Amino acid sequence: MNDLSVAGHLALKEVWRNRGRYFLFSMVIALITILVLFIAALAEGLANSNREYLSKLDAQLVVLAERSDKLIAASRLARSRVSAVARVDGVDEAGAVAFASAVLAEPLPADADTPPLRISLVGVEPGRPGEPAVLQGRALSTNSASEAILDRAVLQRLEVQVGDTVVVQSTQGTRDEYFSLKVVGVSDGQQYLFQPTVFVPLYTWDRIRPKGEGESSRAELTVNAIAIRLADPAQLETVRAQLIGQVDDIEVLTIREAYENLPGYSAQQSTLSTQQIFTLLIGVLVIGGFFQIQVLQKVPQIGVLKAIGAANLAVGAAAILQIIVVTAFGVGLGGAATLLLTLGLPPTIPFAFTGPSVVAALTALLLIGPLGGSVSIRYSVRIEPLKALGLAS
Amino acid sequence: MSTVALETKSVVKTYRLDGQTIHAVDQVSLQVNAGEFVALVGPSGSGKTTLLAILAALLSPSSGEVLVDGQDLAKMKDAERVSFRREKIGFTFQANNLVPYLTAQENVELMLRLNGRLDRAGRDRARELLVRLGLGERLHNLPSQMSGGQQQRVAIARALVHRPALVLADEPTASLDTERAFQVVQTFAELIHEQNRAGIMVTHDLRMVAYTDRVIQMQDGQVVRVLSSRDEIEALARGGEQPAAARPAPARPVSVPSAGVWQPNFVPQPASD
Ligand SMILES: Nc1ncnc2c1ncn2[C@@H]1O[C@H](COP(=O)(O)OP(=O)(O)OP(=O)(O)O)[C@@H](O)[C@H]1O
Ligand SMILES: [Mg+2]
Repeated sequence: MNDLSVAGHLALKEVWRNRGRYFLFSMVIALITILVLFIAALAEGLANSNREYLSKLDAQLVVLAERSDKLIAASRLARSRVSAVARVDGVDEAGAVAFASAVLAEPLPADADTPPLRISLVGVEPGRPGEPAVLQGRALSTNSASEAILDRAVLQRLEVQVGDTVVVQSTQGTRDEYFSLKVVGVSDGQQYLFQPTVFVPLYTWDRIRPKGEGESSRAELTVNAIAIRLADPAQLETVRAQLIGQVDDIEVLTIREAYENLPGYSAQQSTLSTQQIFTLLIGVLVIGGFFQIQVLQKVPQIGVLKAIGAANLAVGAAAILQIIVVTAFGVGLGGAATLLLTLGLPPTIPFAFTGPSVVAALTALLLIGPLGGSVSIRYSVRIEPLKALGLAS
Repeated sequence: MSTVALETKSVVKTYRLDGQTIHAVDQVSLQVNAGEFVALVGPSGSGKTTLLAILAALLSPSSGEVLVDGQDLAKMKDAERVSFRREKIGFTFQANNLVPYLTAQENVELMLRLNGRLDRAGRDRARELLVRLGLGERLHNLPSQMSGGQQQRVAIARALVHRPALVLADEPTASLDTERAFQVVQTFAELIHEQNRAGIMVTHDLRMVAYTDRVIQMQDGQVVRVLSSRDEIEALARGGEQPAAARPAPARPVSVPSAGVWQPNFVPQPASD
């Protein structure tokens, strides 16, 4: 007990009396912290702007056409399949969802240099799974109304509000055509494939979607996926098996499987987590190096401390405490700096701090201190008190 | 009525080096009483530091017995040696004595803190000792802001503050000029006597023995001579008699006073700063 109080006294006095040096070193740890947190936020932000619509779906399963290899973009399902899917036991409701890309011709960005906004044009069935909840305004009315719900990401980029009319531009054969839509509602963030989303009723979507020459809206509408809300989410595996058994030529994915198979999603996440691990590894080496140099300079002094009766426990605990204090200070500083930096970032940069990813990054950062310093702690415990007299055993 | 603070019986320390056996300490038996200040002299390599390390339980003798304050060091476990050192031993070293990030006062108090006995009275005693050693103005200075002699005096205060049974000083004057050296040793001797500690000081500088009660001379690990009469000690200190002269030259130059260095009229001045 007394050993620990001696350790605390020595560790804190040393840091305080050499605060210039330790502060500089904390800054290095702060920089590493900023880097790790930025990478974490970027990974989260990028993942989010890719999958946001899917991960927020009010549904548990997604039905795709068989042999589409879990790729939503490769799946084509006749709209009539929705009723077959909805009849399966355990399915509460099913809604067709169709995806396309388009450009917003109106409103244009305030800044003349910014190109028109590219959007994900998502066709949904009013009142069915797939349609997002609106925060403002109302839901879509009928399957062919010229109405739209805008994702908040659109509002962050353009001057537009509920009641306004937006114009979607899309290629029909060889010509660009323009479709006016009334904005009836605004949803929370619902980006899909890194693009802000405009939700329209399914038949309206079919009218607007880009078409090739000679192609026209046929009688039988084709969609990409069917979103399924379960009566009891706990029955997920049972319902999945029943769907595959009772409906021909389909593939059934969970929401998570659906977004993990978005193009580039997994590759991007593993690239970023590799970067994060390497940054942490560099942190371990930097902290280890710093404290090892410190302890090498302190050999005679530690020898004297032990010779006059400081226990190994006291010397070791002082070393650990010092590392913890310096690391925690650096991580705190870096965390605060990151917070300030992100306040100044435009909302269009895909940056997301989520609780779990920040906690994981901070825990890892706090652990690299003791990990990096373990060599120097071992070394300081092993210094012989005989060193104080200039002798060796 | 003096009590025995330290007793050694036939202490031997041998090292094996390249197939040869080195007798660093060879059959040393001595006794030091509380209130007695002893000088340990001898050429380089004669085993002085090794003997100090054995007395402080930093090194185990190859054979023989060491009793400090009645306790047999050989019977102690490692943890007991650590607490023995912080309770019973006061130490000053040749160099790197002080903890560089603690002030003079904190360095002295560290000894009490290690013993878990840092209270008001302890703080006062630490301060009084420093004042007594002429460091009243330096209480809150870091070692880097003090001269070598001032640092040695802080170390002396640290070696005494916890009322140890035995105070060991390894060449406390090695880095000091003559005048400072005299001041430091004189105050050291006064404090040892006043506080009734047993003190052993290793020194290369024979002039310093003037303040001691006994001089133990070592050579090749053995005690070759003990001077305990005032006359003999003062003669040795004045350089009138040079016991080292008859021996072969030491491996390292030792500062045995020569006629050129010795000043017959030199009177040691008390510490003034
Ligand atoms: N670890 C060791 N291994 C081998 N020999 C050693 C070791 N430590 C000390 N010695 C030898 O023991 C002898 C006594 O050394 P010691 O340091 O005690 O002498 P000293 O009287 O203090 O000398 P000095 O005046 O130079 O400080 C020397 O011959 C030294 O070489
Ligand atoms: Mg020596």
